[in-house]
Amino acid sequence: MTPHILTRSLDRSAMIFLLIVAAVGILLPLSNLLLPAGSMFQVPTYLMSLFGKYVCYAILALSIDLIWGYCGILSLGHGAFFALGGYAMGMYLMRQIGSRGVYGNPVLPDFMVFLNYKELPWYWYGFDMFWFAALMVLVAPGVLAFCFGWLAFRSRVTGVYLSIITQAMTYALLLAFFRNDFGFGGNNGLTDFKDILGFNIQSDGTRATLFALSCLALAVGFLMCRAVVTSKLGKVLIAIRDAESRTRFLGYRVESYKLFVFVLSACMAGVAGALYVPQVGIINPGEFAPGNSIEAVIWVAVGGRGTLIGAALGAVVVNYAKTVFTSGALAPYWLFMLGALFILVTLLLPKGIIGTFNDWCEPNRLRNRAKQKRDPIVESAAAEDGVTLPRPAE
Amino acid sequence: MNMMDTKATSALLYLDGVHVSFDGFHAINNLSLTLAPGEMRAIIGPNGAGKTTMMDIITGKTKPDKGEVLFDGIVDLTKLDETKIAELGIGRKFQKPTVFESQTIEDNLLLSLNVDHRVRGTLFWRKSRDEAARIERVLETIRLTDSRHMLAGSLSHGQKQWLEIGMLLAQDPKLLLVDEPVAGMTDVETHQTAELLKEINRDNKTVVVVEHDMTFVRELGVKVTCLHEGTVLAEGTIDDVSANDRVVEVYLGR
Amino acid sequence: MPDLLRRLIFVLLLTFVSSAAHAGPFEDAVARLSTDSFSDTEAAIGALTASGNAQALPIIGALQGGRLLADSASKQLFIKSPDGKFTDAATGASVASAPTSATVVRLNNRLRRVVDAAVGTLTLLSPDPARRVQAAQSVFKTHDAAALPVIDGALAKETNAAAKRAFIEARAAILLFKPDATEPEKLEAIATIKARGDREALALLTGLTGDQPPSVVGGAANAKAAIERSLTLWSYLQNAWYGLSLGSVLLLAAIGLAITFGVMGVINMAHGEMVMIGAYVTFVVQEVIRTSYPGLFDYSLLIAVPLAFLVAGLLGVVIERGIIRFLYGRPLETLLATWGLSLVLQQAIRTTFGPTNREVGNPSWMSGAFELGQITITYNRLWILCFTMAVFVILLAMLRYSSIGLEMRAVTQNRRMAASMGIATSRVDALTFGLGSGIAGIAGVALSQIDNVSPNLGQSYIIDSFMVVVFGGVGNLWGTLVGAFTLGIANKFLEPFAGAVLGKIAILVLIILFIQKRPRGLFALKGRAIEA
Repeated sequence: MTPHILTRSLDRSAMIFLLIVAAVGILLPLSNLLLPAGSMFQVPTYLMSLFGKYVCYAILALSIDLIWGYCGILSLGHGAFFALGGYAMGMYLMRQIGSRGVYGNPVLPDFMVFLNYKELPWYWYGFDMFWFAALMVLVAPGVLAFCFGWLAFRSRVTGVYLSIITQAMTYALLLAFFRNDFGFGGNNGLTDFKDILGFNIQSDGTRATLFALSCLALAVGFLMCRAVVTSKLGKVLIAIRDAESRTRFLGYRVESYKLFVFVLSACMAGVAGALYVPQVGIINPGEFAPGNSIEAVIWVAVGGRGTLIGAALGAVVVNYAKTVFTSGALAPYWLFMLGALFILVTLLLPKGIIGTFNDWCEPNRLRNRAKQKRDPIVESAAAEDGVTLPRPAE
Repeated sequence: MNMMDTKATSALLYLDGVHVSFDGFHAINNLSLTLAPGEMRAIIGPNGAGKTTMMDIITGKTKPDKGEVLFDGIVDLTKLDETKIAELGIGRKFQKPTVFESQTIEDNLLLSLNVDHRVRGTLFWRKSRDEAARIERVLETIRLTDSRHMLAGSLSHGQKQWLEIGMLLAQDPKLLLVDEPVAGMTDVETHQTAELLKEINRDNKTVVVVEHDMTFVRELGVKVTCLHEGTVLAEGTIDDVSANDRVVEVYLGR
Repeated sequence: MPDLLRRLIFVLLLTFVSSAAHAGPFEDAVARLSTDSFSDTEAAIGALTASGNAQALPIIGALQGGRLLADSASKQLFIKSPDGKFTDAATGASVASAPTSATVVRLNNRLRRVVDAAVGTLTLLSPDPARRVQAAQSVFKTHDAAALPVIDGALAKETNAAAKRAFIEARAAILLFKPDATEPEKLEAIATIKARGDREALALLTGLTGDQPPSVVGGAANAKAAIERSLTLWSYLQNAWYGLSLGSVLLLAAIGLAITFGVMGVINMAHGEMVMIGAYVTFVVQEVIRTSYPGLFDYSLLIAVPLAFLVAGLLGVVIERGIIRFLYGRPLETLLATWGLSLVLQQAIRTTFGPTNREVGNPSWMSGAFELGQITITYNRLWILCFTMAVFVILLAMLRYSSIGLEMRAVTQNRRMAASMGIATSRVDALTFGLGSGIAGIAGVALSQIDNVSPNLGQSYIIDSFMVVVFGGVGNLWGTLVGAFTLGIANKFLEPFAGAVLGKIAILVLIILFIQKRPRGLFALKGRAIEA
């Protein structure tokens, strides 16, 4: 990457966003570690882990925004990539338990002993090494995204069709990972982790480091997305989003672009999952549930698609609201709230928080936009979707 | 046989015996058409004559059921997809102006430049001085220099038509397919568009113009092909064609 | 075993020779049973079987169930009925209680076989034809030669056709295994067993060992091959039936979607919830009937169908007017909004009816099953198949012949033209969406008969339904029909090889691959307009 790409990608709002992420990523762990427990400014460890979870969700949201906001690919199966990354990390953590498990088997994780495995399945080889697991965090989601995307984009499956088959993909994985004989712990998933790279996973120091790393990953992921969307490739992506076939007639190989950005996004989601697992201490097949993936999409919609910052913001806001609601007396009403959020955002706030904010702040752009009869994003969504209503010929 | 071969190889675009049907409806029926390099051709015909479908076939959007489509005498277009065909140097302007509405006019042109279109090349692409100059020239030609930073979606219908022609110019193709370029334009704009197309044609580019507007076609002053029900009804100068009994019958009804 | 057989044969022959002339053997047997020693018990069972006494079956039945108590002091036997009452075994008279000294008559494994055989023999003579058939079936399985005289005797008197056939088959089984049966007898027996042609017959022939004439061995092998062939065929038919049944369920769930998604192009993720609501309407109808009009229970579904259509349909109209009409032309946003709607509906049902499964009963005409050749068909599945086809045909006819159907087609084909012809397009939109939702509600009524009625009911169908519509081709009801049955049958044929879950995954993968070949489904419309 040339420096040019970086400088170009940093406008004022991007700088502000990065500063906030850096401040949170540094100050929160420091306050947790250095200030005495119970002090007014000390952030308790459980809260830090909770925020760490939000940060991972923010990375997932960024990855969704990259493909949905900029390339018009609405994936309802991004939770699958997130979970695959999580499983790759979980497998490493399982192998690290060693003989400290309930059954004390030095090689086999507890659930395998319980299920009468005689030896480690071949696909668990190598996960005792961190570098290998870290590689798999990128490779497993990347390969799945590549195979899936190659098939789907090459045959020009677009719009809602693509959304539905991504949902079917994560659903199929959900079914598979629920099976005990699949070798990933079945229903219970992977849990009871002890340590990571030799550090106790429960200790405040490890947690603080994990949190700081998550913030770093968010910042790096954000920069990467900015670099992509501000390059000429980003313009091509938007062109594909707005008028796919027009882009083809200009000589762009649309499927390659989609594949590139889809795989990149899947790898990001994998990283988010890998950082998520040690902080929440468990990964189970529930992460593959179609509902999770579609919920992640609404974070992006709330924050504002095609803004990157909005995606991260939406993930944090919605999940914070979820924590507040589901832990209080309003718990039974959370699903009403979430459902209403889906409906209201799409009906009343189609540009999300950041998009609407931008429109207020940039009267110049607003004036330009006011001349348009319809929002181009909206119009193009109709044109690019699979179910175009028949029009009269010529 | 010999004559056909030379005809096929010397032509820039050669269609022979092309058939396309959609669910039993014969959109193109034994269509044959030959364009010499550097030629400008106007195509007219009533609604449903198959003009747009013909363009779809040339640009690879629709695959013909049978028939030959050759470009530059050797390249079989029926075997290629849209991207490959565009890379060969066939540019197209759509009937309904299709520009990238949420991007600026300048970006629209930038996207159209015929530079490396592969993913990696695009990711690390930087505008060279030469390319900047080309964009500048096109902006001037289509008279949108002042509004270069405006979103394409905010342009008027006629301006969008021009922007799309500008995109064609940036693409710098050997063959331009221009579908209804003056729809929604004022008389002055129509006149300017005709001049622009003639100018492009003088650069030794081959142009196919599909248009309803007879004044415009007359102004182009080129050979006219009239399509009807997916086949060539008449070919010749505008006066010949408009004097043709069958053309009159098709246009005015029986 | 031969020893045991010989004794039984002996005892049986004795019975037939001496009949029940003297009252002795029965009382003797009762007395011997009461000593509770294994050898005495065995002899007593033989004597009881031969006695022809009406109490013989209850006694041996109680012995079999461990409910026979013996008082060795008084040499009396008592039968303890499953509900804890006691009868005197010898007389059948009720007694208040058994003496405290009475103990259960013990059995060992060898005796247990003797007891089973004796019960079999005794029930062969039962006055109830169904029990006679059952007993003959068990003799067929054990092919105990000791039962042959009883079978022969019973066969001679038998008038019931089913029992007669069962006896002939049992007799054939015995003869096939009987060492001293003649070769023609055995060949005839093989023919009889082959004609029976089920899994039992196959097991019987597979068990044929020992010194058999070559013609019998050959005949048995041929018969076995023939039975295997026919069984494979039947299992295909059974799978096909399961597939049709699953296909009908999928079709029912997808057919409403084919209207909203296929015809209108609106992607409704809350479609499954419409199905769920239909199921809950059925629940409510049945609750009302149970508490107020118990006699109407068999008609509960007939009442629920129109109600479910109305409730889900009205809800559909409200949703279309309230949400979806603002999102036309924005399919991805529609998808998100309707997903949110599905969360709201699920949660609403959960707070109203509770999160657990609710009990929805089958009316009498929908419970039970019948056998067709070697396959079992349950009435509820059969009715659902018929019902689905009826819904499909009515819908097809409605779209084709009614004026609202005409308007619907006009609006989908060319909205602007339809509007200028004076069709109130927005009204048609609402009605079309209501129709699709209403059909989902009807599907819910049918699905309540075979699935758990819970707030999550709809979710399990939504992905499958979309797969059906996408596979069949959007905008074509026939495509949905073919898609549903293809997927249903493919699923059921994959299951034996891959298991239910892997089979389902395989189907999903196959559909994804299929979309590669035909991105617009089996029955896609072609043309410029669609691809624009």
